[in-house]
Amino acid sequence: MRRPASNTLWFWIFVGPFAAGLALFTYVPLLWSVYLSFFDAHNTVSPTDFVGLDNYTAMLRDGAFTSSLGTFAVFSLFIVPATYVLALALALMVNRTRRFQAFFRSVFFLPAACSYVVAALIWKLSIFNGVRFGLANTVLGWFGVDQTAWLSTTHPPWYWLVIVTVRLWLQAGFYMILFLAGLQRISPRLYEAAAVDGARPGWQVFRHITFPQLRTTSVAVVLLLVINAFQAFDEFYNLLSDARGYPPYARPPLVYLYYTALGQGQNLGMGSAGAVILALIIAVVTVFQARWFGLGRKEAEA
Amino acid sequence: MTISRRALLGTGAALGLLTACGSNSGRDKGGSADGEVALAHWYHQYGESGTEAAVRRYAAAYDGAKVTVQWRPGNYDQQTAAALLTASGPDVFEVNGPTLDQIQGGQVTDLTALFDGVKDDFNPAVLAPKTYDGKIWGVPQVVDTQFLYYRRSLLKDAGVQPPGTLDELVDAARALTRNKVKGLFLGNDGGAGVLGGTPLYAAGLSLVTGDGRAGFDDPAAARALGKLRTLYTDKSLLLGAPSDWSDPSAFVQGLTAMQWSGLWALPAVQQALGDDFGVLPFPKDGPGGKPSVPVGAYAAAVSTRSKRQAEAKAYVKWLWVERADFQEDFALSYGFHIPARLSLARKAAKLRQGAAAEVVGLVTENGYAQPLLWTPTMQSAYQDALSRIIKDGASPDGELKSVIRKTNDELQRVKKR
Repeated sequence: MRRPASNTLWFWIFVGPFAAGLALFTYVPLLWSVYLSFFDAHNTVSPTDFVGLDNYTAMLRDGAFTSSLGTFAVFSLFIVPATYVLALALALMVNRTRRFQAFFRSVFFLPAACSYVVAALIWKLSIFNGVRFGLANTVLGWFGVDQTAWLSTTHPPWYWLVIVTVRLWLQAGFYMILFLAGLQRISPRLYEAAAVDGARPGWQVFRHITFPQLRTTSVAVVLLLVINAFQAFDEFYNLLSDARGYPPYARPPLVYLYYTALGQGQNLGMGSAGAVILALIIAVVTVFQARWFGLGRKEAEA
Repeated sequence: MTISRRALLGTGAALGLLTACGSNSGRDKGGSADGEVALAHWYHQYGESGTEAAVRRYAAAYDGAKVTVQWRPGNYDQQTAAALLTASGPDVFEVNGPTLDQIQGGQVTDLTALFDGVKDDFNPAVLAPKTYDGKIWGVPQVVDTQFLYYRRSLLKDAGVQPPGTLDELVDAARALTRNKVKGLFLGNDGGAGVLGGTPLYAAGLSLVTGDGRAGFDDPAAARALGKLRTLYTDKSLLLGAPSDWSDPSAFVQGLTAMQWSGLWALPAVQQALGDDFGVLPFPKDGPGGKPSVPVGAYAAAVSTRSKRQAEAKAYVKWLWVERADFQEDFALSYGFHIPARLSLARKAAKLRQGAAAEVVGLVTENGYAQPLLWTPTMQSAYQDALSRIIKDGASPDGELKSVIRKTNDELQRVKKR
């Protein structure tokens, strides 16, 4: 029989490198970033000028940063329910499919395997480019509609159509898989009992059996969606940036922090303060949401 | 010695971790196998074919050190800015600057001594933004410039003369806009990114005054920027083109009658359109205005984190001060740029005829360079304001007031450093 010490050794052999990597590449930079946020850190990661909370107050007074937070609060209020509804609808549809279920599951999941950068470039250059040979403009041209500069038109804000459709295409399949897993965990006996009690298949069964049974999955999905919405970067950056920068509309907080800290400005103190503020907002929203949905509450209490 | 299984596994895990932590910074360890000094030289990826092979050829021709060229695609400015924070960055690097913060932060070395006896031969317009505190922090490689291309045949068909004022540009763009051809292309953002201070200079103003204040605290600034909004509301601007302003594709494909682009695009435009095009400065605006042509220069700089600064400086001097043949080849054999050395620019045959000669004349007459005191923070505040003015119809007066406040605050900060 092996001694416990041996198990400990194996534990560290397998977990140690990953734990060390996590500490080195995640926790140390994170703590260093918090440290930098209290210093005047222009073009340096080892600053000496302590400025207290100045970077935080400057960041909170910075109209560009606060407007990016506001924009993304609105964005998350839209994209979270939209993705939730689409992913759930796809999952219900695939779950009910008798034939080729694996095929449809793969088809809907496939976009999740696509890089955000690649998808953004396809949307930008092929589908929604603003000239006559863009796919969207070609199709609209058949109906006599003038060409539209999708990413450059702010009134109406067509750029949101491009951003939202690429994001929905990319992420709905992933959340559909989560919902499918949740649907397959629901006991068939519940549906049988409901049928015996006279529940009509369709909306009534969905409302009283399926939806309540998906509560834990729904909580996880909503949490992930909110965090993803505030961490949006890739598709926004690749759709809207150019060599000279990024337009102020639809600028995600992370893109703004990227330009502040890693752009030519190299204000690592301000950038770090912004990152801490954003992390705190995400943490507070997540905790609030978790409590709202009763995450971790025992089923019996629910 | 017998190695236990535990020791072997432990060693393997440690080596695995160390391997995972490794990175290819592109910097050599300081010396090649034969004891020769090794230097890493970074360039941003140029669009013109042949440039990469050329700079590798120059590096190979240097006898004083083994120079490794890194040709870096992507966000080069961000890459170098981040690399300068660590010891794994380049020894010598091309920089669209250096910026004031890079100089004040001690990230680049003083190269003043390299200019002994030749300083007057460098184009003063691009040398000035490399100079701070009486010292020179980068060796200008070539002069790049931007201007307006226009299609002669389209203007003739529409009965439009090449515009000489900003009002005429607005009218011309409107008249040239047809069903499938737009009048003017200033970039997919309507000009907010690329134009920068150009409309302000065209209105007779500047970004920063000689005594270090915002140079556009004047009603003429709001008036000029408001006209860019008119271009947008007139639907005269091409927006959403597959390639942006720096690429002449939209112009040569006939998507636009006029395009703001750069000298580097001249060979491609000539090849596609022959002599069916002309060049213009950004037109003047108002009684105090003057035509405006922005000029800039990538420079060769030496990182203060380099352990071989003396060797790096010697190499920069050899390549960008002494080897006039390489400088001329780099400027004129691939894309199209004006050599930073006045003597080379004067004798370059390719710059003495046609549109190229006109552009050289525009640079001489109307060229302005972004001042060193104009920091990225001011630039991004100004660019945001310009975007809101052009696309959202925000009040130019109100937007400019906010930028002026931010600019003066930022100028105070950099003066204190």
